[in-house]
Amino acid sequence: MTLIIFLILFAAVFGYYIAQSKAATISLTQGKKLNSLPIYHGLYVLTLTVLPLLLIILFWMLCKGYFLDKILFSILENEFVNLNFDQINLLAAKLKNMYVSQLVSQETDPNLIRVYQEYLLYEENISIYFNILVFFLSILIIFFLLKKIKLDFPARKKIERLLTIVFFLASIVAVLTTVGIISSLFFETVRFFDKINPLDFLFGLEWSPQTAIRSDQVAAQGAFGIIPLLVGTLLTTLIAMFVAVPFGLMSAIYLSEYAHPRTRAIIKPALEILAGIPTVVYGFFAAITVAPFIRDLGDLLGLEVASESALAAGLVMGIMIIPFVSSMSDDVITAVPRSLREGSWGLGATRSETILQVVLPAALAGIVGSVLLAVSRAIGETMIVVMAAGLAANLTFNPLEAVSTVTVQIVTLLVGDQEFDSAKTLAAFALGMTLFFFTLILNVIALAFVKRYREVYE
Amino acid sequence: MEDSIPKMRVENLDVSYFDKQALFSINLDITKNNITALIGPSGCGKSTFLRCLNRMNDVIDGCVVKGKVELDGSTIYDQRIDPVTLRAKVGIVFQKPNPFPKSIYDNVAYGPRIHGLANTNSELDDIVEKSLIRAGLWDEVKDRISDSGTSLSGGQQQRLCIARAIAVNPQVLLMDEPCSALDPIATARIEELMDELRNRYTIVIVTHSMQQAARVAQYTAFFHMGYLVEKGATEKMFTTPDDKRTQDYITGRFG
Repeated sequence: MTLIIFLILFAAVFGYYIAQSKAATISLTQGKKLNSLPIYHGLYVLTLTVLPLLLIILFWMLCKGYFLDKILFSILENEFVNLNFDQINLLAAKLKNMYVSQLVSQETDPNLIRVYQEYLLYEENISIYFNILVFFLSILIIFFLLKKIKLDFPARKKIERLLTIVFFLASIVAVLTTVGIISSLFFETVRFFDKINPLDFLFGLEWSPQTAIRSDQVAAQGAFGIIPLLVGTLLTTLIAMFVAVPFGLMSAIYLSEYAHPRTRAIIKPALEILAGIPTVVYGFFAAITVAPFIRDLGDLLGLEVASESALAAGLVMGIMIIPFVSSMSDDVITAVPRSLREGSWGLGATRSETILQVVLPAALAGIVGSVLLAVSRAIGETMIVVMAAGLAANLTFNPLEAVSTVTVQIVTLLVGDQEFDSAKTLAAFALGMTLFFFTLILNVIALAFVKRYREVYE
Repeated sequence: MEDSIPKMRVENLDVSYFDKQALFSINLDITKNNITALIGPSGCGKSTFLRCLNRMNDVIDGCVVKGKVELDGSTIYDQRIDPVTLRAKVGIVFQKPNPFPKSIYDNVAYGPRIHGLANTNSELDDIVEKSLIRAGLWDEVKDRISDSGTSLSGGQQQRLCIARAIAVNPQVLLMDEPCSALDPIATARIEELMDELRNRYTIVIVTHSMQQAARVAQYTAFFHMGYLVEKGATEKMFTTPDDKRTQDYITGRFG
């Protein structure tokens, strides 16, 4: 596959130079100006060769497996006429396993080995034929395109249209990836709901996903109620926002309204460093420093504090989000036109009156948007809560107890050796789907706020 | 015009931004209940001068003001004078209408609320209504007083800003090219308004339009390159100016 890509690229570059010189020669011999510069003729040949062929190769890579399956199936059907559909399916799976693991020697049925050899031959030939076909196709395209080069051929205009397509394809990649991720989440979630009643999942008050892996094992029937996890997530997020919003907002106000440029030049980068600290570092800071500190403080006050608490995780998460809130709010506040501030000062208002009564209301939509984006970040935050909030899915609103969040449970469900179709593993996808759903809604609301804000001032 | 007492007096005013000097020893008296127009080419310092009159330059980095500016005989550039209270006495209207993104009512009520000018809601209603009437906007907005100030047209917004400024009951009203963002009809409306307002307030207006200065102002001062070149009664300035530069500017030879 790599070879054919190189061959096509080579042919295309070759075509580029030929097209360029051909265009230049035409212009010289006829003594007239070309419609487009020679380089555009070259680029035209280059892109029109590479682009469709790469797409063909991509398409082939995606559906080669499907074609091969069809072929394998028909071989098997011809070979074992007396078997029914399911049995042939089984054989096909066996053969494919052999192909992947290369364990042909262990197979004893000579018929099957023969079929396997036949299949291998097909597999090899089909690739060779495809490569040859594609290469000749590229040569053909280049010849066809070279023929089109004339004095008045609008290569420049065509390139413009081709580039539009290239840019479009680039933007499609992100969209397709998103669609892919969502659909994989979706299908696994559907499988999960085959095993577990959705109502139990959404409204269950207990979360303990320990199920028997083998049927002969003795284990508790797992409980998959998401409510304790949602409450845990809500609790840590709330604590985080109680830290992040006031500190972030006030530092944004200080930076945008009061700070001397020199002070700003120190504080702003410092905040950005805070944003650059890996979350795992925050995680052990929370687990090793903050959580024991809170426990000791609780002891001093005569409070019962778990060594891993929602409070510790939430506090550190809040600190992590401060730069997020402050830099976005700073942008929004700075974007409030200076004329509004001057209008307020000109009426004899002080700076703080101006900020509270004119600047903040004007920036409100944007600030709300940035806070909501911060919330969706807090909800999705994993590392800190894994390390500091604990694993016990307690249904509690007490910030001094250990809680567990949606993200923490996804991590614990997928870590280690797991059977892939057990309810326990599939539950991770259902949790992921739930999480995705919540953050999506938050982001949509946040963006709507930000958009409304922009409409007022632009 | 000897009977006019100066409402504001400026003596030897120097203003500089960082190292660049913008105004050079300006002397000007602003007479009470008159309109004084400041004219001159772009960058001549007339807006800077206007902003010195209510210390709006305080909020600009690197701006240094030297000299004396008096309001009713007492200096305004003094440690003891709070620029915030000064600005309540010397209001300002800007070039571009800048209503707050609040309701029309709240826009006008903003100043009175801050300065505690009204004790009851009905007093505040009175102030708002009176200000809007004086700014000639009441009839147009009285049925939609709680609509956003930004929903008004440009000319209406500027009159809203004037109403907002006079709601705090200032003595002097500074206007920095108040009509430059407006169409001719809205401009005519504001000029009419200025003429009505001068009975109550002393007005200083910066303008690029010589016709506007001639139409509305009793006194005119011509600024050029940071210097006050000529000042005096508008009629005289526009008919028989003393300085060659004034004559050139007025007749449109530069600027």
